[in-house]
Amino acid sequence: MKSELPVFNLDYRPDTAGHFGGYGGKYVSETLMAALDDLNLAWQKLRKDPEFLAEFDYDLSHYVGRPSPLYHAKRLSAEVGGAQILLKREDLNHTGAHKINNTVGQALLARYLGKSRVIAETGAGQHGVASATVAARLGMQCVVYMGEVDIHRQAINVYRMRLLGAEVREVTSGSATLKDALNEAMRDWVTNVDNTYYIIGTVAGPHPYPQLVRDFNSVIGREARRQMQEQFGCLPDALVACVGGGSNAMGLFHPFVDDTDVPMFGVEAAGRGLETGQHAAPLTAGRVGVLHGNKSYLMDDDNGQILHTHSVSAGLDYPGVGPEHSWLKDTGRAEYVAIDDKEALAAFHQLTRTEGILPALESSHAVAYAVKLAASMPTNKLVLVNLSGRGDKDVHTVAELEGIEL
Amino acid sequence: MSRMNRLRQCFDTLATTGRTALVPFVTAGDPSVDTTVDIMHALVDAGADIIELGIPFSDPMADGPVIQLSSERAIERGVSLTTVLDNVHSFRQNNQNTPVVLMGYLNPLYRMTFSVFATKAATAGVDAVLVVDSPPEESSEFEACLKQADISMIRLVAPTTTAERMRLIAKNAGGFIYYVALKGITGAGSSNNETASSLQRIDTMRELSGLPVAAGFGIKDAESAAAWAQVADAVVIGSALVTRLAECSSSEQACDTVKSFLAPIRTAMDNVHK
Ligand SMILES: Cc1ncc(COP(=O)(O)O)c(C=O)c1O
Repeated sequence: MKSELPVFNLDYRPDTAGHFGGYGGKYVSETLMAALDDLNLAWQKLRKDPEFLAEFDYDLSHYVGRPSPLYHAKRLSAEVGGAQILLKREDLNHTGAHKINNTVGQALLARYLGKSRVIAETGAGQHGVASATVAARLGMQCVVYMGEVDIHRQAINVYRMRLLGAEVREVTSGSATLKDALNEAMRDWVTNVDNTYYIIGTVAGPHPYPQLVRDFNSVIGREARRQMQEQFGCLPDALVACVGGGSNAMGLFHPFVDDTDVPMFGVEAAGRGLETGQHAAPLTAGRVGVLHGNKSYLMDDDNGQILHTHSVSAGLDYPGVGPEHSWLKDTGRAEYVAIDDKEALAAFHQLTRTEGILPALESSHAVAYAVKLAASMPTNKLVLVNLSGRGDKDVHTVAELEGIEL
Repeated sequence: MSRMNRLRQCFDTLATTGRTALVPFVTAGDPSVDTTVDIMHALVDAGADIIELGIPFSDPMADGPVIQLSSERAIERGVSLTTVLDNVHSFRQNNQNTPVVLMGYLNPLYRMTFSVFATKAATAGVDAVLVVDSPPEESSEFEACLKQADISMIRLVAPTTTAERMRLIAKNAGGFIYYVALKGITGAGSSNNETASSLQRIDTMRELSGLPVAAGFGIKDAESAAAWAQVADAVVIGSALVTRLAECSSSEQACDTVKSFLAPIRTAMDNVHK
């Protein structure tokens, strides 16, 4: 077993042009190329700058509340009757999800680049809230783009963003969900590129975003690796994380990629079932294409039009996925599976009942797969699940699905 | 006439008369599937020198609401890349001279595969393509396929493009250079050609690439078209036309709209003396 990894290790991927094998890259219009080059230059320098890293570290400890605990879910494990299930408690972070790791880092980057205005896209609203939070803290103007559909199903987060002083702009084009919010944020960025920093919320988008969002979230995996050694004296027998764009999964996986005896499972949203086509599982049921500035797996029709997706969880309702996941899939280093709406809801209830932890619907997908996986393993094995966020934001959705009026 | 020649011939002819190319943009399949070819002919009759035909895409990141909505409508009508190529093929039955440039996003072309697309586009009579999200850094395979089919790759230059990138872009460009006249999306406010840096970029690109330079984005009427005609070799007008076409319910109405909209623009551009 290796000792603790240095910050932002594994420098060999992506290559200097942002490619993970054949994936990733910088498929954007010319207007943004200079801004991306500037950002890349800054990031390649700052990710090795001890002062910057120390400031990031300080914010993670004192503002986000890290390290997040690694919690042994004993009652859940006993009920499942298989491997022990361990939860990496990203739900306990300030603002309630892993998203804040990334926004704290990108806010520092925005300040370094001298930008006074930040923009973000959001699906579940967690990234929007996390962006509005760091903007409030640094006194920056903040605009969050959010699909009309998501605004309705994540009303609490919309109000939170407004309380934080952000302007939430409704996006009605296309499917009016996360992908369309991302398009709209890109359009804003192209227009206001001089004074605006775009905080992308996941490991997608053009280079260097997949790398830098991964870098900021890799604190999850670094901590988990250390906590495993401290608490159990070994590495886990499996890692499980949900995959929307893939940031919480990449954050957990990244520091373990070279530990090839640790299997990694990314859990996509099977929605109403893969066979219905109403899902959000590009790695499981899609194919390679180009969307939102990078080449990766995605969901499109035979004419190359991006498909509308469905998932009960807004944060997984996205037809693309970060390019590094495509690379991990093709190399076989990670395995990608899918959990449908019903299974996710069942896991939501099971974790709430057995452990007193209300998971986000996104994270419930990871829990659901971990339960399946653990059930097939002996009781002395350890399955580590990234509990990417808390479920308070989803209480209305769950109640509505179950016909309960609040 | 070979395809590369159609564009060159067009600019050569214009140069001898000191005129600037008028390049209208329309989305294929909007306002209806059947009107597109009629509209293309009407554009030529109204003084268009080159036609830019938009391939509808579900996620047009560089486009404003007008072209987004027109793309959405076209997709709902079942318009695909194949339909667009059929449109060009039909247009070519009665027009052998007017260059046609396809404008769109990479994924539909990637899905068809670059080599199949290039072959079909050449057969249909396409002269050049402009793919917004395919910068030189990511285009080697696509470029090779286009080259083999004798189709030009139009390259964008933006107000933010650095000197170093201008050299890279010039090296990879064909047909003409497309100068994005504003920092923003199609249909945005209005573009301003007064800035010294715009003029300088246009001159630099002309020099580096040896190609004509078109200006587009935010050009919407006779006044803005004439202003850009003073500095550019071609002027692209998109959203302003697409907005008007969206309101047309018949082919006749669409063709009349094209004529009445383009006529004053053509006149204003022809009154510019360089
Ligand atoms: C709690 C939570 N988990 C997961 C996700 C999915 O994003 P990613 O795959 O980038 O981690 C979201 C997105 O909004 C989220 O809020």
